[in-house]
Amino acid sequence: MAQQDVMSSYWRGARDATPFLLVVIPFAMLFGVIATEAGLTVFETLSFSVVVIAGAAQFTAVHLMSDHAPTVVVLVSALAVNLRMAMYSASITPHLGPLPFWKRALVGYFLVDQTYAACMLEYERRDMTLAEKFAYFMGVTTPICPPWYLATLAGAWMGNAIPANLGLDMVLPIAFIAMLGPALRTRAHIFAALAATALALLFAWVPYNLGLIIAGVGGMITGAEVERRTGA
Amino acid sequence: MIDKSDLWIVIIGLGIGSFGLRFVFLGIIGDRAMPEWLLRHLRYTAVAIMPALVAPLVLWPAATQGNTDPLRLAAALLALAGAYLTKSVYGGMGAGALVMLLGAYWPV
Repeated sequence: MAQQDVMSSYWRGARDATPFLLVVIPFAMLFGVIATEAGLTVFETLSFSVVVIAGAAQFTAVHLMSDHAPTVVVLVSALAVNLRMAMYSASITPHLGPLPFWKRALVGYFLVDQTYAACMLEYERRDMTLAEKFAYFMGVTTPICPPWYLATLAGAWMGNAIPANLGLDMVLPIAFIAMLGPALRTRAHIFAALAATALALLFAWVPYNLGLIIAGVGGMITGAEVERRTGA
Repeated sequence: MIDKSDLWIVIIGLGIGSFGLRFVFLGIIGDRAMPEWLLRHLRYTAVAIMPALVAPLVLWPAATQGNTDPLRLAAALLALAGAYLTKSVYGGMGAGALVMLLGAYWPV
């Protein structure tokens, strides 16, 4: 019985995350194209995606290296782009923290924007056991992370055969906006999102993408404060 | 041309650093209880980070050299309306994709 629930959580996660293929495939192929155009071999490009597994940071790093930025600057900038992952880690710990060490390490490796967002949406909507939560996480990972590697490889092989002007830059924003809609369940959620949006636009000029962190923290404080005052 | 040893320093350094950022709380805190005020803030991480990540991309898209594009703005707003009203990720993605496709193929 319990085993059945765990399996069904896995498949529900895989099914819920399948639409992300529409985001992951073009985004990863684009990285493959850009990296090979910057002079990386197919093997180096694939290694980048497997070792780092963080889209925006990979683009940042390749872009800065093409501009001959010092290696330290490349590392610091790309990691700053990834600072939000630490917030994801903290935010998912109440749900997955009790897992054994190796499973937490696995979650850490696969914790990207899409897996985090899809899981948090589900964990807050439904009562799940620890085993079901982990199975759901691995289910969500299945159509997101392996396709990320494969599509990078495809992009690296195909080079610049991909047309640039298809509005593909909007795939990622639309996917996130689509996830945000159902997550706005209470007034506190809505105020958190509004505050974060305003702060992100106001602090877009801050270097190393730190405006995103300012906006994220500001939105979290706003949401928590509204919750504390209104109880919802 | 990118120097090969620099490239591998970046790949490995970024790999270790990114994993560290993702693992830091999961690894250190594990199943120890976190204070209530912190949990209250963490509940809003997703709804704060997602719009903050997206808002500048929508208003100042790199594809148009940072100029606000009415089509992309419309796609974003309709995706939000679709997702909020249908309470479904598919509703939002469908609405946004429809606008972008209409924009790409509309005969002008």
